[in-house]
Amino acid sequence: MNELPQQLVNGLLLGSMYGLVAIGYTMVYGIVQLINFAHGEIFMTGAFGALTVWLWLPGGTTMWIALPLMIVGAVVVSVAIAVGAERFAYRPLRTAPRLAPLITAIGLSLALQQAVWAWYPEAKSARTFPQISGGPFEIGSVTIQTGDIFLVAAAPISMAILAYFVMKTRTGRGMQATAQDPDTAKLMGVNTDRIIVIAFALGAAFAAVGAVAYGLKYGEINFRMGFILGLKAFTAAVLGGIGNIYGAMIGGVVLGVAETLATAYIADIPGMDKFGSQTWADVWAFVLLILVLLFRPQGLLGERVADRA
Amino acid sequence: MTALLEVEDLRVAYGKIEAVKGISFKVDAGQVVTLIGTNGAGKTTTLRTLSGLLKPVGGQIRFNGKSLKKVPAHQIVSLGLAHSPEGRHIFPRMTIEDNLRLGAFLRTDKPGIEKDIQRAYDLFPILGERRKQAAGTLSGGEQQMLAMGRALMSQPKLLMLDEPSMGLSPIMMQKIMATIAELKSQGTTILLVEQNAQAALSLADQGHVMEIGNIVLSGSGQNLLHDESVRKAYLGED
Repeated sequence: MNELPQQLVNGLLLGSMYGLVAIGYTMVYGIVQLINFAHGEIFMTGAFGALTVWLWLPGGTTMWIALPLMIVGAVVVSVAIAVGAERFAYRPLRTAPRLAPLITAIGLSLALQQAVWAWYPEAKSARTFPQISGGPFEIGSVTIQTGDIFLVAAAPISMAILAYFVMKTRTGRGMQATAQDPDTAKLMGVNTDRIIVIAFALGAAFAAVGAVAYGLKYGEINFRMGFILGLKAFTAAVLGGIGNIYGAMIGGVVLGVAETLATAYIADIPGMDKFGSQTWADVWAFVLLILVLLFRPQGLLGERVADRA
Repeated sequence: MTALLEVEDLRVAYGKIEAVKGISFKVDAGQVVTLIGTNGAGKTTTLRTLSGLLKPVGGQIRFNGKSLKKVPAHQIVSLGLAHSPEGRHIFPRMTIEDNLRLGAFLRTDKPGIEKDIQRAYDLFPILGERRKQAAGTLSGGEQQMLAMGRALMSQPKLLMLDEPSMGLSPIMMQKIMATIAELKSQGTTILLVEQNAQAALSLADQGHVMEIGNIVLSGSGQNLLHDESVRKAYLGED
């Protein structure tokens, strides 16, 4: 089947977008054991941040100039909201029972959706997102859509920056230490409060890059876009092993490829012709999650809890 | 002359339950001071309070003339107070060398850090042989060595060791105690918490016996070692 390489590339691109958002779930969970269910909305507000910058720019600005500024706008908005949420919503609840910050996160998620719906101009329906011109790009038998070309560059660059930060910098080592044993990290002189803020900020920055990718890929953004995508990214984080940043990227790619292949080929299986359409894509994504949780609950790269003796 | 560490009427509580009920003691520079006592006496709570992980409900802690009461945990190590915690708490998924580097987290003198890593390997050769191995793969005794080596990496004025012999084989325990003696002979000031009273008191200049949150007996290591009540309660004689 000669369209298989094409489907794989489509899946890889979709998956790397999931992965960019998944990093935020996994980093925050790794440090404070909180599932930040507002992360999908942090992603969504990033898209609106990028759109706002675009609307400020004089008409006719080329994307070569606009795109970097839009990324900056997206990152600034997402990071500001994430850091604000940490400071005013989550930090006061740090010693509260687990359920309290979780419910706060869900509440924050709804509040952010409604805030954009109510106050962002014309956001009650989808808003058009600016597009890159040129393309599509043909590499052999594979076509990369113009809107996806950003992901081809952004995903690996983001991953490389993250890996360098975590493995090579002093703050990154402090972050690893905090994830493994927060009290002992303090004994080493690590300011764990600061590390937590950095984890929220970094996760938000990668989500913002993902949000720009989303806008370019689908051509429009809306106040609800963070819900399903957030759920998928969370799935990707669990799939890869929550708490593991490489796992988040790998989980995203596995999820994106599985979803794409299922949508493309499942209808070819006799008796399954009803289940091949795009509407079923989300179902297959979550079926994959259930299977992983059944057979490898720690995720693909996750570590068994037993080694945390 | 003022002491390096002065603890005065220290009280620490978990909720309503007071775990440390007003203890006072001093550690002079160059001394080894030990807190001994059974489980639940408040020894670990005392050390965790000194390093800022717990906040006292009352009393004073002065280190090098400065009150520690308002200093957050992550800044206390920079004042020269290092803590090797009970249960060792090495970072299991990092290499031995990265664990040692974390001990020097606040230091910026690269050559000095490299020199001190080498010093830790000289002190504990097994760590040097396995420097690239994940710390979680070490045995209990080796993890204890790593925890002590890591605490030394901050170049502390006072080294606090919480139950370094806990859960170790007799041979490994002897090794750890010999290392503490060696550190003492090099002039390191040590506050040692131990359940193994015999070993701790033989090393210590000063000892304090803790019982349910109070210091019930104090004296020089040698005096306590020969004290009738201590021998009965902690050294298994009757």
